[in-house]
Amino acid sequence: MVNITIDKEKHDVEAGITVMQACEHVGIEIPRFCYHERLSIAGNCRMCLVDIERSPKPVASCAMPVAEGMVINTNTPDVHKMRKGVMEFLLINHPLDCPICDQGGECDLQDQAMGFGWDRSRYHENKRAVKDKDFGPLIKTTMTRCIHCTRCVRFATEIAGVPELGATGRGENTEIGTYIEKAISSELSGNMIDLCPVGALTNAPYAFHARSWELKKTESIDVMDALGSNIRVDARGPEVMRILPRLNDEVNEEWISDKTRFACDGLRRQRLDRPYVRKNGKLKEASWDSAFTTIAHFAQELKGDQIGAIAGDLADCESMTALKDLMTAMGTNNIDCRQDGAKLDSGIRASYLFNSTTPGIDRASAMLLIGANTRFDVPVLNARIRKRWTRGSCEIGYIGQQADLTYPVTHLGDGPAALKTLLNGRGPFAKVMRTAERPMIIIGSDAITRPDGAAVLALARQVAVKYEVVTSDWNGFNVLQRAASRVGGLDLGFVPGRGGLDVAGILSGAVDGSIKMVYLLGADEVDTTKFGNAFIIYQGHHGDAGAQRADVILPGAAYTEKNATYVNIDGRVQLTRLAVYPPGDAREDWTIIRALSEFTKHTLPYDNLRQLRARMVQLNSNFLNVDQAVPALWQDFGTEGHIKDTPFESKINNYYMTDPISRASETMAHCTEVFLRGEDRKTPANG
Amino acid sequence: MMLKDVDRIFTNIYGLESAMLKGSKKRGDWNGTKKLLGLGRDKIIDIIKESGLRGRGGAGFSTGMKWSFMPQEVGDRPHYLIINADEGEPGTCKDREIMRHEPMKLIEGALVAAFAIGAHVAYCYVRGEFYRETKVLQSAVDEAYAAGLIGDNACKSGFKFDFYIHRGMGSYICGEESALIESLEGKKGQPRLKPPFPANVGVFGCPTTVNNVESIAVVPTIIRRGQEWFSGIGKPNNAGTKLFNISGHVNSPCTVEEEMGIPLRELIDKHAGGVRGGWKNLKAIIPGGASVPLLTKKQAEYATMDFDSLRELRSGLGTAAVMVMDNSTDILRAITRLSAFYKHESCGQCTPCREGTGWLWRVMERICNGDATAEEIDMLEEVTKQIEGHTICALGDAAAWPIQGLLRAFRPELESRVKKPSTAEAA
Repeated sequence: MVNITIDKEKHDVEAGITVMQACEHVGIEIPRFCYHERLSIAGNCRMCLVDIERSPKPVASCAMPVAEGMVINTNTPDVHKMRKGVMEFLLINHPLDCPICDQGGECDLQDQAMGFGWDRSRYHENKRAVKDKDFGPLIKTTMTRCIHCTRCVRFATEIAGVPELGATGRGENTEIGTYIEKAISSELSGNMIDLCPVGALTNAPYAFHARSWELKKTESIDVMDALGSNIRVDARGPEVMRILPRLNDEVNEEWISDKTRFACDGLRRQRLDRPYVRKNGKLKEASWDSAFTTIAHFAQELKGDQIGAIAGDLADCESMTALKDLMTAMGTNNIDCRQDGAKLDSGIRASYLFNSTTPGIDRASAMLLIGANTRFDVPVLNARIRKRWTRGSCEIGYIGQQADLTYPVTHLGDGPAALKTLLNGRGPFAKVMRTAERPMIIIGSDAITRPDGAAVLALARQVAVKYEVVTSDWNGFNVLQRAASRVGGLDLGFVPGRGGLDVAGILSGAVDGSIKMVYLLGADEVDTTKFGNAFIIYQGHHGDAGAQRADVILPGAAYTEKNATYVNIDGRVQLTRLAVYPPGDAREDWTIIRALSEFTKHTLPYDNLRQLRARMVQLNSNFLNVDQAVPALWQDFGTEGHIKDTPFESKINNYYMTDPISRASETMAHCTEVFLRGEDRKTPANG
Repeated sequence: MMLKDVDRIFTNIYGLESAMLKGSKKRGDWNGTKKLLGLGRDKIIDIIKESGLRGRGGAGFSTGMKWSFMPQEVGDRPHYLIINADEGEPGTCKDREIMRHEPMKLIEGALVAAFAIGAHVAYCYVRGEFYRETKVLQSAVDEAYAAGLIGDNACKSGFKFDFYIHRGMGSYICGEESALIESLEGKKGQPRLKPPFPANVGVFGCPTTVNNVESIAVVPTIIRRGQEWFSGIGKPNNAGTKLFNISGHVNSPCTVEEEMGIPLRELIDKHAGGVRGGWKNLKAIIPGGASVPLLTKKQAEYATMDFDSLRELRSGLGTAAVMVMDNSTDILRAITRLSAFYKHESCGQCTPCREGTGWLWRVMERICNGDATAEEIDMLEEVTKQIEGHTICALGDAAAWPIQGLLRAFRPELESRVKKPSTAEAA
């Protein structure tokens, strides 16, 4: 602790923090543009200048560490004059286009100009004009507004790991750009929009659609990947206008991936807004009553084991609970939430969780990625791994197909053979794992969705045991899920019961006729052409693969339209909140199943969310611990068996389209064109 | 009073003799260098401290003190010496002469300085435009290597010392030590925030000392002749000899080594043949390179050329590049040209300098062209104050000071150039 004086008041503050942080601790706000907690210190905006006694010049408080006996003044006429001066400099070449600027209303420059600016300009010269840059389909640029804080440059270089941005030119001709005009190839690029303190970088798809003060803000959870990033859903009327990140150091810090941010326009397209029933081979609009009656009519002819249910990647825990209960009541054990065929055991929690938890990455001292292309599986998590790597002394090994993860990895091989080598203590990475204090293994979907996935999981567990990845105070064995619903589904036991069929079993049963009815709860990633003649019920929110094959469509709610529970990779129970109502006749998912249960004469014993959640706690007490990641007991899991030595194939061919929402999104379609097909077309916003 | 010939350090500054090893050895370079190193690190630093040598690059910080900031012991990170030969200050041409005609003094000084700070490597960052000078310096380095004066066993002292020349690309800001370090690392030349200072985190993240060419080149002579000799020349706290560059409206512009604290008028009259058209024709003098405020004729009459007394006159010794302007000078135009220079050379990193230098220049242009109003003169002064001291490096100050000096000394001239309010407006 050091003793310092801020504005004539004595304070004890932690040693090593900066003057700005010290001021914040004691409740004095220092204006700033370039400083950001999660980026390196640039000190170039000069807005945070304070007066420190015995210092010959004013000091940039963001960069100056506190020292014993420092006397800091933040509220003197001199300091006010300095801020006013810097503010004036920032404004002289900044266009006065706030009325047509999307940042208007949430602009740091605008806010601080109100606080520190002059009421008129003394600048009678021509303002500088800068040509706009093409940063791709996600970020709209208005470079004349740029104040050269270099937050975006530092974000791209430090956090995203794509050093594609920089400042070219000198003096007042300095321009921020990509050197060679190109789209920014990062899955996190949207965060630059949040970081930009002015309207230089704005959300391209959202351009000119709404003003920040018109939006209703709802704090919610993202489902585009399994991390469960904390988000804020900004809606106007019935439409989700944009998605922004919320701060949560335990999950996403303050970043979200581009899919999370930009796929929300998919919520407006291809929506199922009323029930449909297939008649004479054609889907016809129907009422809820007739849809439910059709199902009940069909189901009453069936024996329990002729029915199957598959939960999709975006399914919430409430609807999975209701569906599981309904299926049990109808006498079937053929339920599965593992659309991708992941060989995960729902009984042992440690076998499907990211046991170290996401913040645990910061403490890891070596990492081994097995069939986990973290960059595309969970981009925000990948940034966290990168953050750990940049801090040094953390080597990262990688088994899987060659990929650019934005940080250097030791590529140990393509497939399970490399894992076996490691188990035998051979190869370059064995020593790293052996000497690491807190080694970490991240096993990805590509490794466990194979037919021999259970054996690969067992092998990885053996490696974990050999290298003491799990100790009394550290569990570095991590399974990286890809689907938002997966951990929740496994927690609820939405897997085949005794003698039940899994996804593959249901599919083959449908083909050979032993399965006559399949209930798809938002399941679109299964091969819907292979359901034979089975009667398909599709409950979901988008007219995607599942709905096309369905015999009855029950329109549900997307994640922004319901109060629902999701469990993230860490096993953290998180709640989404209703931001807008589901379109048309669509309803919250669990209520649909609850209503259907009355028609099939298996009325479920809950009438409201509270009762349903009590039922969830009955199934797994973990659902009591909202917003917490409870460590799981380390047990035996995985089944040893023959492992085919084929490479771990990456199943994500297109990061931008992995689920019904992103497939319906026009923005994601643009991204696909630009980033995958290399067709650099402009967005409508760019004209 | 004039510097005696025996007290001159740069005896070949005019290039009358060979600059290479043979010639320079005759002038005493490399004489007993091994013995100099034998004094040990602490002793060398003490001698330089006691000699009162102040950095010759402009800021005038004690060279010995700067060296003593380096970590005592060399830890995991090697130490580096950087010689700042990016002589870009307008009016200044002293380091150029040293590299041309006295390169051995620089190399020997580098060896001694590197030894004193525990560095085995010196980088000499030479301004890009100095092509011929680089050539000369390189051949001198090659000769020194061949003669075993530097290299694995420099002067048979057992000390390993390497000397590398790095050519800049001619950017003024790369003469600022931390921008120079960035540039040397291959990055865009932009000054770094301090702290940390280079002595702690410098080039490649290692402890580094950055010294001006002249500061380094005088070191061996000071040690040979003793600290008392050097501190005995000049004034207290402003000791030693110094290379002065006299340019502008004088009869014979020159570079000359003189005693610190020599009266400015004497310097001009004795060495530069006096002001063109006589002293009475003098208008103003910039005494220390473009970035220091100018002196009026009245001030120049009694000004002495040293750090402290020029500071008292609210100017500065800077690089001791004396620019003389006679009455034919459009002083506004001259300072406007300097403003254009600083606008052009601003790195663009921090706000006040990036935005302010262009503003200053534009207003100056308009005042020159009679296209400004009287209020704008006050505004101009305020803008310079808004830049001064608020930037990361000193370029902001350097851009502000010449204008502040102009406003202090020649405000009536500015006022005569602005638009007269029309009678209608006045009413």
